[in-house]
Amino acid sequence: MTTTTTEATAAKAAAGHTGPSVPLVRVEGLRVSFPGAPRPAVDGVSLAVGAGECVALVGESGSGKSVTARSLIGLAGARARVSARTLEVAGADTAGFGERQWRAVRGRRVAMVFQDALTALDPLRTVGAEIAEAARLGGTAGPDSEARVVELLTAVGVPEPEARRTQYPHQLSGGLRQRALIASALAADAPLLIADEPTTALDAIVQAQILALLGRLKDEGRGLLLVSHDLAVVAQLADRVLVLRRGEVVESGPAGRVLSAPEHPYTRMLLDAVPSGRPRARPAQAPPGAAEAADAEAADAGAPDAEEAAPVLTGRGLVKSFAPGGPRALDEVGFTLRAGEALGVVGESGSGKTTLARVAMGLSRPDAGEVLLHGRPWSALPERRRRAGRSAIQFVQQDPYASADPRFTVARIIGEALPGLRRAERARRCAELLDQVGLPAELLSRRPHQLSGGQRQRVAIARALACGPQVLVCDEPVSALDVSVQAQVLQLLDRLRRERGIALLFITHDLAVVRQVADRVLIMRGGSVVEEGGTERIFEAPAHPYTRALLDAVLRLPGTEGAGSTEGAGSTEGAGSTASTGSTEGPGGAHVADVTGRDAPEQDTEHAAGQDGEHVPKWET
Amino acid sequence: MSDRARLAPRRHVPPWARFVARRLAAGLVVVWGTLTVTFFALHLAPGDIVDGLIGPGAAATPALRGQVIAENGLDDPLLLQYGRQLAQLASGGLGWSYQLNEPIERLLGSQLGPTVELAVSALVTALVLAVLAAALTVGRGRTVRGAAGLAELLMVSMPSFWLGIILLTVFSYRLHALPSIGADGPAALVLPTLALALPLAGVLAQVIRQELETTDGRPFVLTARSRGLGATAVLLRHTLRHALLPLTTLSGFVLGSLFGGAVLVENIFTRPGLGRVLANAVGSRDLPVVSALVVISSAAFVVINTLVDVLHPLIDPRLREGGPA
Repeated sequence: MTTTTTEATAAKAAAGHTGPSVPLVRVEGLRVSFPGAPRPAVDGVSLAVGAGECVALVGESGSGKSVTARSLIGLAGARARVSARTLEVAGADTAGFGERQWRAVRGRRVAMVFQDALTALDPLRTVGAEIAEAARLGGTAGPDSEARVVELLTAVGVPEPEARRTQYPHQLSGGLRQRALIASALAADAPLLIADEPTTALDAIVQAQILALLGRLKDEGRGLLLVSHDLAVVAQLADRVLVLRRGEVVESGPAGRVLSAPEHPYTRMLLDAVPSGRPRARPAQAPPGAAEAADAEAADAGAPDAEEAAPVLTGRGLVKSFAPGGPRALDEVGFTLRAGEALGVVGESGSGKTTLARVAMGLSRPDAGEVLLHGRPWSALPERRRRAGRSAIQFVQQDPYASADPRFTVARIIGEALPGLRRAERARRCAELLDQVGLPAELLSRRPHQLSGGQRQRVAIARALACGPQVLVCDEPVSALDVSVQAQVLQLLDRLRRERGIALLFITHDLAVVRQVADRVLIMRGGSVVEEGGTERIFEAPAHPYTRALLDAVLRLPGTEGAGSTEGAGSTEGAGSTASTGSTEGPGGAHVADVTGRDAPEQDTEHAAGQDGEHVPKWET
Repeated sequence: MSDRARLAPRRHVPPWARFVARRLAAGLVVVWGTLTVTFFALHLAPGDIVDGLIGPGAAATPALRGQVIAENGLDDPLLLQYGRQLAQLASGGLGWSYQLNEPIERLLGSQLGPTVELAVSALVTALVLAVLAAALTVGRGRTVRGAAGLAELLMVSMPSFWLGIILLTVFSYRLHALPSIGADGPAALVLPTLALALPLAGVLAQVIRQELETTDGRPFVLTARSRGLGATAVLLRHTLRHALLPLTTLSGFVLGSLFGGAVLVENIFTRPGLGRVLANAVGSRDLPVVSALVVISSAAFVVINTLVDVLHPLIDPRLREGGPA
C-alpha cells in the first residue's frame, strides 16, 4: 500500500507535475491508533502536498481520512497514538514536537477549514473576533486587527465586510459563514490549507462558489489537502487522489486516472454509488398505480395518464409564516401526490421544503390553505381526530440516529409502532419488517449506536412501515449517509413505492438524488414553487432560470454526463462551465472564471437563502 | 376605552418590554399564590397564635387574651383576615410585627444589609471556587478528576449547619483565628461565607466541568486549536463562556440555596440578618413577619428569573432574534 503511494508520488514528481522540491507536508507510513479500538484508525498512509497542488483524501465515514488530516497538525486527539516513518511539515521533522512546536505550525504553516461553519466557529463570538484571533496568533495583525479582518473577508469574497465582521455565525448564510471560516484559516497566511469536508453542509449553488474559492487559493500557489467523501467535489479540485478504506490507502494516483479508470474495486464501488443524475431504471413489470406514473414521467406530468391514479395527499394554497408579518416559509404552495408516485421537492436550505413536510404531516398548521388526505380534510382536523389517520402517513427524517431513542433496542423502536400485539406476534412482525428493509433479524436486540448509518435509516423506514402507511414523507432521508449506503436506501424506497404502491413525498436539496427517485419534481425557492413538472422534463428542459442555476451547480464526475440529456441542460447556460466541469484536467482558470463571472446572481441566491434561513430553522427545530 | 385606544400604545412597546411586563404580571400571580398558601398553612398549623403573641413570660389572663385578639382582629373569619392582609400588601405595607411590635419594613430594613452582604460574598466565593475547581481538573487524568469529584460530592452532601459547626470548632475555638459570632468587620464574614459557599461551589463545579467537557468536544474548539491557540487560551476565550451559560438557568436554585443556607448559617454564627428574623418569627408564630418574608423571597425569585430571561439573549447571541419566546 505504502510503497505504491510513495511510488506514485515519486512518479508524479519525476513527471514534473508538482512544482517545488520541498513539499509543504510529507508523511510516510502514518499510523494512528486509539486505545480500545480493535485496529488502527490509520494504517500506513503516505502522502505529500506541494505548493499549488491539491491532494484529496477520499473515503467513507470511518475510513480514517479526517484522523489523517488532523495528525498533520498534531490534533489527532489526546488519546491518539500517532507514529510515522517520516512526518515533515514545511521541511521540519515533527518527530520530537511538543505542544509548543505544534502550536507554531498550526495556523501559520498548516491551516484547517472544517465542515460546518455554524459549529466550527464559536457561536458566542462574532466572525470578526474569530478571524482577528487567528490573525493575531499568526502575527499578521497587531492589536488593532480590524483592517486585517476586513482585508481577509474581502479576499474570500464576502460582500460588505465591514458589516459582516460584527455579525455572529448564525446570522450569516451558509456560504458566507463558510467564507468567513476560510478567511480565519487564511489569516496567518499558511502555505498549506487542509479542508475537511469544506462544502458538505452547503447547498449546490453555494458549494460551487466555495469550490471556486478553494480553486482560486490553489491557483495562487497554496497547497490544498482536501478531505471529502464526495467524489464529485474531489473531481473539481484534486490533482492527486488517495482512496482510503479502514485506515489504509487502497488506491492512489492522478485524479483523472483514479476517477475515470479506477483499479481497486472499492474505488469503483464509490464511483458507482455517486448519484449520477441518471434517471432511475424502470422495472419492466410495474404494479398498478406505478405504471401510470412511469408512463406519465416518460411523457410529462401533465399527461392524461397521470390523472388516473387517485390523489393520496393534496396540498392547496398552503401559506405558513413563523412570525406575524414575517417572511413566508410557504407561500401559496400546492401539490398533488398520487398512489405509487414519488414527488420530489427540491430546494436550498430556507426554501421552505421542510416546512412543507411538516405541514403535510399535520405537525404544523398552515396559516392558509389546506392539506387533504384521500380527499378528506387533514390539516384542518383537530389533532385529536387526526391521530386516528396518522398511520396512513409516516415520516422518515434525515438523521436516523437523532430520530430514535438511543436507549431503545431496535425491537422496541419498531415495536412502538405496533401496539396491541402479543409479545411473540410483535417480535415476528418486527423481524418481518426488518426483512422487508433488508436487515437480518439479529439486529432486533441492538441499540442505535451499535448500527451503521444505513442500518439506522433502514430501521427508521421499518418503523414507518409498521403502521402500514400509504404515504412516506422523507425529509432528506439519505443526506446523512455515505454514498454507497445512500444508493441502497434509495433503492429500498423505490422498491417500496413499486411493490406496495406507497407514495413518496421526497424532500431533498440533492438534484442527483431526486432524479433517481422522483416521478415529478417541485422546485422551491423562498417558500414558493418556482417550477413543477415531470422529472425528465425538468432536467432536460428547465423552464425557470432558478432551476437552470440549480442544475448548473450540480457537480458531476468526469465522464458521467456524456449521455445527451444532461449535457443539453448544462449547455443552455454556458458551454464553458460544462466543458471544464467535465474535463479530467481538473478545474482550470476557465472554470473558476466562469463561476466568479456569474457571481452577481448567485450572491443574490445566497442572500435569499440566508434571509429565510435566519427564521426558518430556528423555529422549526 | 375604545379598542383602538387600548391597542394603540401596544404598537410602540418593544417586544422585550412586553415580555418583561408579561413575566412580571405572571410573577405577581406567583407571589400571590405563595402568600395564600403560607397564610392558610400557618393558620391551620397546630398551636395558638395568641399564646405566641403574648409570649411565654406573661400570664395569659382571659382579659389579656381578649385584648390581643381584638387588637389584631384574630376572631374575624379567616377569609376576612386573609383579605385584610392582601389589602395591606396591595397598599404597599408589609404589616406590623406581633412579636417585636414595630413595622416590618423597619425590622427588615435593618436586617437586610447583613444578609445581602453574606449572600453576595458567598456567591462570589462559590463561583470563583467552582470555576477554579472545574477549570483545573477538566480533561485531566482519572485520578485528578476522581479526587475532584469526591471532594465536590462531599461539599454537596455536607449540610451547611454541620459544615458551619466544623469551621467554628477548628478556626474559632481551636485556632482562635477568626471570630465565632457577630457581623463586625471582614474577619467575621469569612467563616459564614465559607459555610454557605462550599456546598454551593460543589454543585456549581460539577455543572461547570460537565459543560466544559461537552464544549471541549465541539467543532469550534478544534478550529480554535487548529489556529494555534493553547489550552488555556481556549478555556478563557471560548469554552468558559459556554460553560457559564447554564449557570444563569440555575440562578433560581442558587438564590434558594443562599437564602435557605442563610437561615442556618446566621443562626450558627449568631449573625444578624433575614435568616435569623425568619427563624425567630416562625418559632414565635409571628405571622405577619413570616408572610412578609415569604412575599419578599418569592418576589426575589420572580425578579431574578425575569432578569435571567432578559439577560440570556444578551449573553447568547443566538437567542436574540425573535426575542424570548
